[in-house]
Amino acid sequence: MIQLENVTKTFNTTRALDGLTLTVRPGEVFGLLGPNGAGKTTTIRLLNGLFPADSGSLSVFGLNPQEQGSEIRARAGILTETPALYERLSAEENLRFYGDLCGIPQQKLAQRVSDVLDLFGLSSRSHERVAGYSKGMKQRVALARALLHNPELLFLDEPTSSLDPESAQQVNDLIRTISREDGRTIFLCTHNLTEAQRLCDRVAVMDAGRLLAIGTPAELAARLFPGVRVEVEFALPVPANLTQKLKDCPGLRSIQMENARALVDLSDTANIPALVSALVAADARVMRVEPRSVTLEEIYFELRKNHGGQK
Amino acid sequence: MRISILKAIIKKDLLEVSRNKTAWVPVVVIPLVFFVVLPAFFLLLPRLTFFQSSLSSTNLDPVQVLSILPAEVKSRLAGITAEQLIPFAILGYFFAPMFLVMPLMVSSIVAAESFAGEKERKTLEGLLYSPTTDAELFTGKALAALLPAVGFSFLSFILYTIVTNTLGYPVMGRLWFPLPGWWPLIFWITPAVALLGVLVTVLVSARVATFMEAYQSGGMLVILVLGLVVGQATGIIYLGVFTGLLIGALLWVVDWLLLRVCLRLFSRKVLIGKV
Repeated sequence: MIQLENVTKTFNTTRALDGLTLTVRPGEVFGLLGPNGAGKTTTIRLLNGLFPADSGSLSVFGLNPQEQGSEIRARAGILTETPALYERLSAEENLRFYGDLCGIPQQKLAQRVSDVLDLFGLSSRSHERVAGYSKGMKQRVALARALLHNPELLFLDEPTSSLDPESAQQVNDLIRTISREDGRTIFLCTHNLTEAQRLCDRVAVMDAGRLLAIGTPAELAARLFPGVRVEVEFALPVPANLTQKLKDCPGLRSIQMENARALVDLSDTANIPALVSALVAADARVMRVEPRSVTLEEIYFELRKNHGGQK
Repeated sequence: MRISILKAIIKKDLLEVSRNKTAWVPVVVIPLVFFVVLPAFFLLLPRLTFFQSSLSSTNLDPVQVLSILPAEVKSRLAGITAEQLIPFAILGYFFAPMFLVMPLMVSSIVAAESFAGEKERKTLEGLLYSPTTDAELFTGKALAALLPAVGFSFLSFILYTIVTNTLGYPVMGRLWFPLPGWWPLIFWITPAVALLGVLVTVLVSARVATFMEAYQSGGMLVILVLGLVVGQATGIIYLGVFTGLLIGALLWVVDWLLLRVCLRLFSRKVLIGKV
């Protein structure tokens, strides 16, 4: 669906993309993660043919964005960080305008506009000017606009970064519905790791224009945190020198103590009973022992730490 | 280039302008003042008693007063009375260059709203991601400013013709307007001036951040019109048929050169950097 091969892009003296290589497969929700300035928006703009790359090759639907940009944009939809709606026009007028630009035939457009307004719960206020809408509503209109021409590919660039938690959740729920029910490919750029964890099948982590890692969250976790992570909760007080007392525990890779809680990395789940025995032997009053998967947030910060980034 | 895309852009831009009072109020008020109120004043003036008495006491000689005008004008003044002098000279000749304010103003307002306004309201990015080509975007937006400018100018000309002939009939005794110099002015110079207004505003819009800045900077072109007004009033330039055709041709050449610059500037590659 999308391919970038060793793509670089420089603005004045700033290198926005530095040899970026990645592939997005049809039907997956792909997350591009990274802090502000990582190169996420630049990647989306390149893929939509808004400007050329300095070097490397890229394609979307097998088309060259620089030469066939309008064809790509006709088959893709985009939701940008700000909704970029015409505030003096109503939601319906905004959608009709974009429908016209996308070449949707007039006889189908009215029905399609009505359908997406219904889907996003906007029908009752569709004739009001957008200026009077809340931020969440505006972003929903923008998402409706992105889906109006039924695109095969949807680019979402920080879709919830300017929203309050409730509106962000509404938009995220809609995105999840779209991705799961329609099976369309979604390219999500975000620095919201919880959002990415909930939505993405595969992720790529970027920093300063460079790709740090790519894969499913489970693959990245296995690569960065081999073995199993166990969360242990204690009743206070925690025995002194507990970390020291556990050092001979079989399969122990690392242990992080935090008040009445410890994160223990073991080589294998088979080492868990031995860990519990060691804790009891050390007079620790164990309340809970729970093997758990590594979060995307932990993966992200581990990657950034390994590449000299800061938490 | 797809006509349906152009129509969509024109329709949307005009809808937006129609909902911006700052933009459309001058478009309605200025033609009313220039092409209805002022002509009515000059046409009704000679019928007022105090004006007639002061006119007779000055022994005004029309031909002597208009001696600064070229021979073509003088020949038209043969047999004119002092009472007919003011509407004929002011509304028929001196007012002609003033008419160009209309296409210039409308095109500058709509183009500023359309080009700088998109940037100011942060809607440009959404438009750049639409499945249109750069040429379609530019042409649609330029036409959205050009068509109403020319349309309003033609409408103002019709209004002006009706006012000058109906209110002027009792004074002039005949349907006397338009005079020959007005034809190239309306159908040759007016579209060229409207396009000039659009193109200059596009260039200005690339450098400024707001609709108002673009409108005010683009509005500097009104100096060009004032130059013609002063030139005509002092007898330096006379906007007759030949001069009108010549000035129009010159303007079209300038338009063509500016269009080339604008087309180079109006690309996604350049515009996305200003979002």
